[in-house]
Amino acid sequence: MRITAEHLNYTYNQASEFAVHALRDVNLTVEEGEFFGIIGHTGSGKSTFIQHLNGLILLPSAQKKYKPKKLKKGEIAPPKTVLQVGEYDLTDKKTDFRKLRSKVGMVFQYPEYQLFAETVFEDVAFGLKNFSEQPLSPERIQTAVRQALETVGLNYAEVWDKSPFDLSGGQKRRVAIAGVIVTRPEVLVLDEPAAGLDPLGKQELMALLHEIHRSWCKTVIFVSHDMDEVAENCTKVAVFSEGAVQFVLPPKELFQKQAELLSLGLDLPVTAKLVALLKQKGIDIDCDFTKKDFIQKVQKYLQGGNGVC
Amino acid sequence: MLKDVTFGQYYPVKSFVHNCDPRIKILFLIGFIVAVFLASNFYGLALCAAVLVIGILCSRVPVQSILRSIKGILFLLAFTAILNLFFYAGETTVVIGEIPLQWGVVNITYEGIYFMLFLMFRLFMLILSSSLLTLTTTPVNLTDGIESLLTPLKWLRFPVHVLALVMSIALRMIPSLMDETDRIMNAQKARGTDFEHGNIFKRVKAIVPILIPLLIGAMRRAEELGDAMDARCYTGSENRTKYKKLTFTWRDLIVFLLCAALIAGVVLCNVYLGSIL
Ligand SMILES: Nc1ncnc2c1ncn2[C@@H]1O[C@H](COP(=O)(O)OP(=O)(O)OP(=O)(O)O)[C@@H](O)[C@H]1O
Ligand SMILES: [Mg+2]
Repeated sequence: MRITAEHLNYTYNQASEFAVHALRDVNLTVEEGEFFGIIGHTGSGKSTFIQHLNGLILLPSAQKKYKPKKLKKGEIAPPKTVLQVGEYDLTDKKTDFRKLRSKVGMVFQYPEYQLFAETVFEDVAFGLKNFSEQPLSPERIQTAVRQALETVGLNYAEVWDKSPFDLSGGQKRRVAIAGVIVTRPEVLVLDEPAAGLDPLGKQELMALLHEIHRSWCKTVIFVSHDMDEVAENCTKVAVFSEGAVQFVLPPKELFQKQAELLSLGLDLPVTAKLVALLKQKGIDIDCDFTKKDFIQKVQKYLQGGNGVC
Repeated sequence: MLKDVTFGQYYPVKSFVHNCDPRIKILFLIGFIVAVFLASNFYGLALCAAVLVIGILCSRVPVQSILRSIKGILFLLAFTAILNLFFYAGETTVVIGEIPLQWGVVNITYEGIYFMLFLMFRLFMLILSSSLLTLTTTPVNLTDGIESLLTPLKWLRFPVHVLALVMSIALRMIPSLMDETDRIMNAQKARGTDFEHGNIFKRVKAIVPILIPLLIGAMRRAEELGDAMDARCYTGSENRTKYKKLTFTWRDLIVFLLCAALIAGVVLCNVYLGSIL
């Protein structure tokens, strides 16, 4: 599903003294098949944006009470907001948002805090039962839950009848992710999925996302504060700043804009820092900022003796 | 969403009223309530209203924010009004045209109307004045003020500081719990929970996946907070010093004098201008 947002604005606590303008005229397109990264300083509106994608934050025009405003004479209409996810028009209140949510899976920050059921099995099956039109047969539920748990790297036989609260933090997170991917959404959105995991856990999580992406989930969108993770994994990256999108570029081009990123309060991946250091020494390395490519290019440079590779 | 409910509704601006000592504000509110109840005619109430208006003007809180507090108890107001209008035991029944407005026990009298207006006016002022207090005082200051005012109870071995601590922690946690509820609700909505459709049983069932994580989260927070307090050797002992000491200033003297003047004025009104009660 292709995702298009145009002139998207959002204000928290509108019409009150605590209003926060969280999104300002956001324009962004995510093509199907992308492994899309969203980065930005804290409070830049990343979470607000992704909550729009499955209708958790409804646009004014999609709310039940909405009545189109009449323009006064001489007033220019504000640019029309567009928010389209696949065939779903999110500016329209007639859209079936539940159906949309079954297509766009959303993993929140610290998803382990949403676990509630008595057993891991029940918790993972929760979304599945909610979204299905007719009651599913127990076998089908079991197959789906087993697959989901195995996808996130848990041993089904070991954990299915445990209480989710007896698991370790990392295991809980996996169960929570399993509870979202069990419905096989076409778009998977994750808000800082690796936050608080150990380095190995982070790598495993990313590998897991790639696995899902390769096998059945066409589009993966994830928010991250870890630039290495972004440089390593994404096909394209959007940079948010103060509620607006500054750049949408593949990592290779994005991390060449070092000065701009630093001025937005963002860090650089290790590889980009090394490239910059080498450049100061007069060595030009032209890599795509993944570690593998960087190492290859450096080796090539060393073998070549001198010059630009 | 839940955020729209104003709760512990502090309105953050700087003003004369905001800067007053919370103790004096609490005392003033008590004095004000006493004055409102002492007043036995409209002159006394008008005096109270004048003081309230001055207070609101000096607080720089927009009038809409203050009036919003009425919304919550509109039903109560209407209910009291109707009861009084219909059943007040007055003498002169209202006559419209030729028809006296009297049916069985229901008896609309001039005195009843008069009394109802009086009562409404009174309730109105009680609510506005207390919401002025919460709008201009942070919860922390409010509990500090209450703790300080309750000091005499310490001599009776009543654990005032424990009470104050419990209060301030509870107040502190309300916004966090609201945030958390919002977040969990969103997470479960994303997993297909439907809070808006279906019959009452379905909706009640939909609350379980919110309540459990919320409770577990609250326990976790409580435990963490307890640990953190232990780690800092908090024992709630006597004679703790405070980071922010409450001090009386010239402002508080003014407020105090105003309060005294108000009560005196109301008493004078009662004595010289007759009573309607
Ligand atoms: N529920 C809310 N009510 C009011 N304001 C909010 C709410 N959620 C977020 N905001 C405000 O909206 C702005 C954008 O917040 P958002 O959560 O989208 O940032 P973010 O980019 O996800 O940050 P982080 O990296 O810290 O998660 C912030 O200024 C924040 O204070
Ligand atoms: Mg966020």
